[in-house]
Amino acid sequence: MQSQRKTHVSTTVNGEPREFLCEPHQVLSDVLRNTLNLTGTKEGCNTGDCGACSVLLDGTLVCSCLVLAAEVEGKGVVTVEGIGEEGKLHPIQQKLLEHAGLQCGICTPGIVIASRALLEKNPDPSETEVRYWLAGNLCRCTGYDKIIRAVLDAGAVMRGQ
Amino acid sequence: MNMNVKTEFKYVGTRPIRPDGPDKVTGRARYGADLNVQGMIYGHIVRSPHAHAKIKSIDFSAACKLPGVLATMSADDLPEPGDRKIPGGEVEMALKTFSPVVMARKKVLYHGQAVAAVAATSPELAAEAARLVKVEYEVLPHIMDMHAAARADAPLLHDDVYTQGVDPAPTTPSNIPTQIEISTGDISKGFAEADLVVERTYFVPMCHQGYIEPHACVVQTDENGKVDIWCSTQGAFMVRTLTAAVTGIDIGRFKVTASEIGGGFGGKTTVYLEPVAVVLSLKSGRPVKMVMSRDDVFRATGPAAAAETRVKIGVTRDGRITAIETDILMDCGAYTSHPIMAGVLFNSACYRCENVRSFGREVLTNKPRVYAYRAPGIPQPVVAVECVVNEIAERLNMDPIDFRLLNAVDEGDVMAIGIPFQAIGLKQVLQEAKAHPHYTAELKAGQGRGVAVAFWINAGMQSSATINVSEDGSVNILTGNPDIGGSRASMALMAAEVLGIPVETIRPSVVDTDSVGFCDVTGGSRTTLATGGAVIKAAETLVKELRKRAAAIWSLDIEEVDWTGGMAVAKSGTGLENMNREDAATRGDKTLTLADLAARAGATGGPLCAVASHNAHNAAPSFALNICDAQVDRETGKVDILRYTCVQDAGKAIHPAYVEGQMQGGAVQGIGWALNEEYIFNEQGRLDNPGFLDYRIPVASDLPMIDTVIVEVPNPLHPYGVRGVGEVPIAPPMPAVVTAVNRAAGTRLCHLPLSPPKLLAAIEAAESGTA
Repeated sequence: MQSQRKTHVSTTVNGEPREFLCEPHQVLSDVLRNTLNLTGTKEGCNTGDCGACSVLLDGTLVCSCLVLAAEVEGKGVVTVEGIGEEGKLHPIQQKLLEHAGLQCGICTPGIVIASRALLEKNPDPSETEVRYWLAGNLCRCTGYDKIIRAVLDAGAVMRGQ
Repeated sequence: MNMNVKTEFKYVGTRPIRPDGPDKVTGRARYGADLNVQGMIYGHIVRSPHAHAKIKSIDFSAACKLPGVLATMSADDLPEPGDRKIPGGEVEMALKTFSPVVMARKKVLYHGQAVAAVAATSPELAAEAARLVKVEYEVLPHIMDMHAAARADAPLLHDDVYTQGVDPAPTTPSNIPTQIEISTGDISKGFAEADLVVERTYFVPMCHQGYIEPHACVVQTDENGKVDIWCSTQGAFMVRTLTAAVTGIDIGRFKVTASEIGGGFGGKTTVYLEPVAVVLSLKSGRPVKMVMSRDDVFRATGPAAAAETRVKIGVTRDGRITAIETDILMDCGAYTSHPIMAGVLFNSACYRCENVRSFGREVLTNKPRVYAYRAPGIPQPVVAVECVVNEIAERLNMDPIDFRLLNAVDEGDVMAIGIPFQAIGLKQVLQEAKAHPHYTAELKAGQGRGVAVAFWINAGMQSSATINVSEDGSVNILTGNPDIGGSRASMALMAAEVLGIPVETIRPSVVDTDSVGFCDVTGGSRTTLATGGAVIKAAETLVKELRKRAAAIWSLDIEEVDWTGGMAVAKSGTGLENMNREDAATRGDKTLTLADLAARAGATGGPLCAVASHNAHNAAPSFALNICDAQVDRETGKVDILRYTCVQDAGKAIHPAYVEGQMQGGAVQGIGWALNEEYIFNEQGRLDNPGFLDYRIPVASDLPMIDTVIVEVPNPLHPYGVRGVGEVPIAPPMPAVVTAVNRAAGTRLCHLPLSPPKLLAAIEAAESGTA
């Protein structure tokens, strides 16, 4: 396979302007991890089935393994590295820790991103709403119980309760 | 050997935030595929397109012409396995049963088996080069059905497999590597004494551990032959042992660093990529990275065995079990791995019964070689035993928990394999379940409830730990067991307990094979027990040293110095046991804190550190019970799990939140295995569902909250009473779910998974009266 001309992409990642060159076929998760060295975004399947590579693209929750890197030209990407403030965890991150909502932790970055997207859209979700929203984020360790509790609790904190 | 088991704790049993947690919620934690090093190239495996074939030739010439291809390899680059036996993983393994899984030799025995590999300057180029490798095969007939494979006239996978466990030893090879039978009492007499005998056959399919992180490694070699491996694994030392064995390179040349691990469940207790990357790195002189695709993971890494279990149980009218007979046929894929052992030995270990016969055979088929998956070999026969127990209780009009309480093993009872039980928690587990509000909650029409219990033996094995004290009195704990489910938090808690210092001042790390003594894999529910035991031992050694240092400073004898509340105290002879730091200070007793002693370490004999190692022989069994409420949609066959409760004896829960996590995670894996998960092979012997879309593991919207009750009947052989918690949770869910679903649907399905089409067909058959 002959290497084609690389595409130049200007984008914003976690609020910072970034530029990169990518192959036309390269997916966003690959560029995030291997070009921009943002390995917090995980790859569990590369077919959009596991949700470990979840990122926000202009505020919309997407599987970054299903987005071509060239598509993010001029857009804003938020990865797990962009969640929380300097020296302070986001309530979702804090509550996942307090509830032991992670075991191996490989799905956690995707859960953090997906939960943030949920709570921005719906600050007071029901348990069922959390479960359906996170149905695209596979976790094999926890049985989801403690994750769901953590997200509900984080919602309460973010609402100031 | 009974020892003093500690029952009062200050730190153990609390729920601090895990020390590795912040790195995991922020994305900083580094997993197998997260490492990139300078000059790195990429390996790619050439996999068999056939389920059974002879490899006639491998031609790399076209691949090598591609610019950027820097190395190739095949089994010709590895030593012949011969009959070497290797201690590794959870049991001793014959090299010839896993070296060909890393790289096939002369034959391929399943679709997707590794045949060759290439390394090139980009992953795309490596994949392209792999497509250019020409492998010539002579296709052989494949056998996917274990019953067919077990027949005497079946085509053979191996010409050197002779059934073990048969007397006299067979003179012709077969596809049955192992046969095992245990018996106690007189099984015919037992059935003759029974008023009711129920016999059923249950099938459990091959399924995958389903960890979300695919296997990955980076291997770097140097001019002196040093081999540096970074990989996702349940055991860095296991990787060192097995990679050395497969490649024929001396163990002393390896350093293995375990990355953070994205799930394992037994599936990462072996090597697949590491030996290949080692050879490619040595040949190219470059660091080599290899990452499996999800497709590779499903097709070519260890699933759990499929099994068919016939069980026959006899009981008296008043509910006493008189005989239990089990016959298991277990499909182990292409190479022997012995999960049948636990299945035969322990399938009815929950029950006191004088007449037991348990028989099992392993069968080889053209499927990937199975590996451990949480309590390997147990869930498959336990489905059969527990579902029949539920049926018997129903037919005797007895409450299923009362029936189990009547027959439950207790301290002093002897297992069918002749081992007596010490203190165990089965009866307490049953009583807790019976008292749980879930058990008596009302069910609506169309809903069903199932309960099931299970036993797991738990493992001990070898572990080491090192403790180093910094100049400020903070503490580092080093162990060699990859932390899958929060074990670093448990190590810190146990050390805090011995040292009497806040758990937050302890930094536990999982370090490489050059930096700590040998540790067996994280598996067998052994890490908290055995590695934790080494941490306790090292901490106790450190306390003794700290007392010695304080004694020297005070010119006292060590016996005149105690260690309490995180400090050395000169014994004043007054109520030492009731003393705390404030008392000591108020009374003007001489005290030296860990920080004081650390600051003076140089003057009192040098740095403060302690090392401990042991081969833990103090494992003790765990019992677990699940209660499941299910509802079946009679239009679609879809099952809803309405309510779920897990009760388990942990011995002592060091960090209860992570014990609950093991119980909940295991339960949900078992629910998936009961309802959806199975390997589906097509006529060509290819896996038809090698992705998470078609191999459907449970998702959040499939489930209710999973309630947990931790029972604590201390292991009398462990200083803190620990039993180990990770494995037994996978065993009760399948029978609990199957019983609940069959009751809800009015069916009696015995063939798992109870997927919607199967259930729908059974419901329709039941309604039309053809069932």
